[in-house]
Amino acid sequence: MSKYKNILNSILAIIFALFVGAVLIKISGHSVKEAYYYLFYGAFGTSYNFAQTLLMTTPLIFTGLAVAIGFQSGLFNIGGEGQLYWGAFVTAIIAIKFTLLPGYLLIFIALLGGALAGGLWAAFPGYLKAKTGAHEVITTIMFNYIGILATTFLLKRYFKADGPVDQTVMLTKKARLPELITNTRLTWAIIIGIIVVFLVDQLLKRTAIGFDLKVVGENIFAAEYAGIKTGKYTILAMIISGAVAGLAGGTIVLGVLHRFITNFSPGYGFTGIAVAVLGRNKPWGVLLAAFLFGALEAGGMAMQLFADIPSDLMEIVQGLVILFVAAPAIFEIIFPVIKKNRGVESNV
Amino acid sequence: MSEIIEVIFSINTFTAAIRMATPIAMAAIGGVFSERSGIINIGLEGMILTGAFAAVVGSFFTGSPWLGLLAAILAGSLLGLLFAFFTIKFKADHVVAGVGLNILALGITTWLMQVVWGQKGASPEVNGLPEITLPILNKIPILGDLLAFHSPIVYIMFVTVFLSWLLLFKTSLGLRIRMTGEHPEAADTLGINVYFMQYFSVTLSGALAGMGGAYLSLGQLSWFSSNMSAGRGYMALAANIFGQWNPIGAFAASFLFSFSDAVQMRLQGINLNLASELIQMIPYLLTVIVLAGAVVKSKPPAALGEHYEVGK
Repeated sequence: MSKYKNILNSILAIIFALFVGAVLIKISGHSVKEAYYYLFYGAFGTSYNFAQTLLMTTPLIFTGLAVAIGFQSGLFNIGGEGQLYWGAFVTAIIAIKFTLLPGYLLIFIALLGGALAGGLWAAFPGYLKAKTGAHEVITTIMFNYIGILATTFLLKRYFKADGPVDQTVMLTKKARLPELITNTRLTWAIIIGIIVVFLVDQLLKRTAIGFDLKVVGENIFAAEYAGIKTGKYTILAMIISGAVAGLAGGTIVLGVLHRFITNFSPGYGFTGIAVAVLGRNKPWGVLLAAFLFGALEAGGMAMQLFADIPSDLMEIVQGLVILFVAAPAIFEIIFPVIKKNRGVESNV
Repeated sequence: MSEIIEVIFSINTFTAAIRMATPIAMAAIGGVFSERSGIINIGLEGMILTGAFAAVVGSFFTGSPWLGLLAAILAGSLLGLLFAFFTIKFKADHVVAGVGLNILALGITTWLMQVVWGQKGASPEVNGLPEITLPILNKIPILGDLLAFHSPIVYIMFVTVFLSWLLLFKTSLGLRIRMTGEHPEAADTLGINVYFMQYFSVTLSGALAGMGGAYLSLGQLSWFSSNMSAGRGYMALAANIFGQWNPIGAFAASFLFSFSDAVQMRLQGINLNLASELIQMIPYLLTVIVLAGAVVKSKPPAALGEHYEVGK
C-alpha cells in the first residue's frame, strides 16, 4: 500500500512543481499553454525529440543511481559531479592511449577505468567519514571543487590538444559508443545505464553485501550492535556510488563528446540528487525519475528556443520536486484524505 | 620563498581575509542558531544567494543600497521561514530539503534575473554600500588598517558575532534554543515552546545568511551574478561545525577559510611557477582537513536532524 502512496506522492510533487512553474510563467508575462506545449513537444513531439529526451536521461540514470546507492547506505553523496569528472577524464585518457586494443575491449576497459577513478575519488570522503566522522555532505562538495580543478590541471599540463580550448584530442572511431538510432546522438550508453540499474537492484536486493549496506543505512547503531563493521560499509558504499557516477562521465565522453573538455557538465551530479529523491532511492524508480528529468531538460530547451522562456525554470521545478518529495506530510495537510488512509493502514 | 611569506603575512592579506570572511561568518552564525535548535541547515547556500539577489533588486528599484540590505534580510528571513515550514511542519529530511532549497534558490535567482533585466549572467550595476571609516580606530597603525576601512556589513558582522554569543550563552532565550536542540523532550516538559524556538532560530539564520549575501552583491561588488554564492553556504556550514556551534568559533573558522582563500588569490598574482588550479584548491583542501577532525573532535547538538512532535 505504501508503495502506491509513494508513487502518488511523487506524481503530486511533479504536478505541484509544474503548477508553481506555470504561475511563474504567467507572472513573467508568457503564455502557460504555449510554454508547456513546447515543453511537451520538445520532449516527445518527434522521434528526434524523443531521442533527445533519452540522451538527456542517460547521464541522470548514472548520477541518480549514484546518489540513491549512497542514500540506501545512509550517506548523502553530493560529490557526484567531481566523481563524474574523474570518470570522464580517465575514460578519455584510456581511450586515447590504448588504441591498439580492439574496439569493444577498448570501450570496456575505458569505462571500467572511469568507474574505478570515480569510485576511488569517492573513497576519500568515505574514508574520512568512517575514520573521523567528517560529514560527507561537506567533504564531497569540497571534493567536487578539488576534482574539477585537478582534472583541469592534469588536462592542461599533460593532455591538452592544440588550440584555444582546454580539451583532449578526438577519440578514434572505434573508441566511440555506437549509435542506437541512426542520425541521433543516442548511443548504447542508455542500454549500459539500464544494465547498471538492473545490477544495482540485484546487488541491493539479493546479495549479502547489499543487505548489510541497507542495514547500515537504516540504523547505524543497530548495525554496529549486530556486529557489522559499519566503517567498512561506509567506504564500500561510497566506492560503488562513485563508480556509478564515474560511468556517467565515461559514457558522455565515449558517447557524446568523443573527447574530454573542461567544465563540460551542466551539473549532472547535482541533478542526480533530485532524480534519486524522486525515485525514492530505488534503482528502477531512479530510471523513471531520470526519464522524467531528461524530458524536462529536452523540453526545457525547446521551451527556451520557441517560447523564449529561460530554461532555468526547469531548475526551479527540480528544486520544488525535491522539496515536495522530501516532505510528504505537505500533501497530507493539503489533502486530508491521504492522512485518513494512513490512519486505516496503521490500524490494520 | 621570501616572496610567499611576504604575501601571506602582509596586512593586505589579513584585511582581504576579514572582508572575505564576512559573508561566510554571517551565514555560519546563522547555521549556529539553526543547528543549536536542532535543524541541520544545508540551505544556507540558497539563503546567501537569495539575499545577494534581493539586495540588488532592492537597490535597483529604490536607488538605496540600505533598502537593498533590508530587502536581503527580508528575503533571507522568508526563505528561512519556508525552510522551517518544510523541516518542522512537513517533517522533511533536513539535508534533502536543504539541497532542494539550494537548487530552487539557484533556479529562481537566475530565472528572475532574466525576467527582470532580460540578461543572463549578471545584473546591471546598482548603487553599492559605501565604505565607512571608523573614527579614532583609523588613527591606530596596523589595527586601523585592518579594521577601520570597511563596508558597514563588515562592522555589522563583528557586532553580530558578539551579540549572537551573548544571546546564545548568556540569555534565557539562548538557553531555551540550545535545550531544544539538545533534548527537545526535556525542553517540552519544562514548558519551552519547542516549535517557536526552531522557527525563530531558522528564520534568524535566513536573515543572517541573507545579510551575508547582501555583502557579496552590494559590499564587495555592486551587481548580482548567477550563482555568486559559489559554495560559501557549504563553507559556512563547515565553519559552524569547526567552530563547535559557537558564534565566536564560527567566525574564527570562517576567517581561517577566507585567509587561505586570500592567500590563494594573492599567490596567483605572483609568478610561482605553480598551476593556478593547484593554488585554487587550497581553501577546499583546508576545509576538508579541518573537518576531518585533525584538530578537534566535534560534538553536535544531541537532537540535531531529528523531528520532534510536541506533546508526544
